[in-house]
Amino acid sequence: MIHLEGPFLLAAVLAGAGTYGVLARRNAVLVLIGVELVLNAATVLLVAVGSTGGDRWAAGWVLTLFVITIAAAEVCVALAVVLVLFRQRGDVDVTAEAMAGEGRR
Amino acid sequence: MTGLDVAFAAAGTVAAASAVLSVTTRHVVHAALWLVVSLGAVAGCYLVLGAEFVALVQVLIYVGAVVVLVLFALMLTRAPIGPNEEVSASPLHRALAAVLAAGVTALLAAVLVPLARVVGAVRRGGPGTTGLGEQLFGTWVWPFEALSVLLLAALVAALAVAGMARGRGAGEP
Repeated sequence: MIHLEGPFLLAAVLAGAGTYGVLARRNAVLVLIGVELVLNAATVLLVAVGSTGGDRWAAGWVLTLFVITIAAAEVCVALAVVLVLFRQRGDVDVTAEAMAGEGRR
Repeated sequence: MTGLDVAFAAAGTVAAASAVLSVTTRHVVHAALWLVVSLGAVAGCYLVLGAEFVALVQVLIYVGAVVVLVLFALMLTRAPIGPNEEVSASPLHRALAAVLAAGVTALLAAVLVPLARVVGAVRRGGPGTTGLGEQLFGTWVWPFEALSVLLLAALVAALAVAGMARGRGAGEP
């Protein structure tokens, strides 16, 4: 038997760490790491509640699998966007000013 | 406190500590490697909670595929090796981000921890891998198929985004 306080606290800490990563990082790839941590906070909650036994359609576990799949799709597209950004600007700094003439394209 | 509680606390502490390290380290590559530790420890938490299949999928897709993609992105964007102050924002910005992150953690903990007593406790009473498979290919089969279309769309979109920029950038120096 596992008390649910532990999983719930872990989810809160992971969500906080992910929020910090999204807000405080300048490198676009490291912002992505923060997003992954927030997604993991959600899946920890889903698995913990799905394991309590009151879950008729196994929704907690199935939705966790769906979230993991969506995270894979999201990372795939984000990598393409980051690579295009790097090719056009030479860096992936999300706080940098817009490049001169970038708006014309 | 039962034995499983202790096991979960151990895995959870590793996951939380390495998550914090992965968003605060100044080594760009170390951030991705700490993410591996964090996601692996979260998979351990799933094992303790009785969700073996979900833990395996987490290791396969997150630790295996997503982190490799992140490492590829870091290499392809010529991430600096060694400590680098440039990867994080200014100290004021970081302090504000830390306050906001602490607020998120406090808010979620304040909402969820009282809820834990209402929901009850985990008695390893999840659906099990057999039940998970039956539900996944029974109740959830259409969302599952829609997700496979989503993956295909993401693949095509990634190719289109990368190829479009190459075609447009060809005429430029």
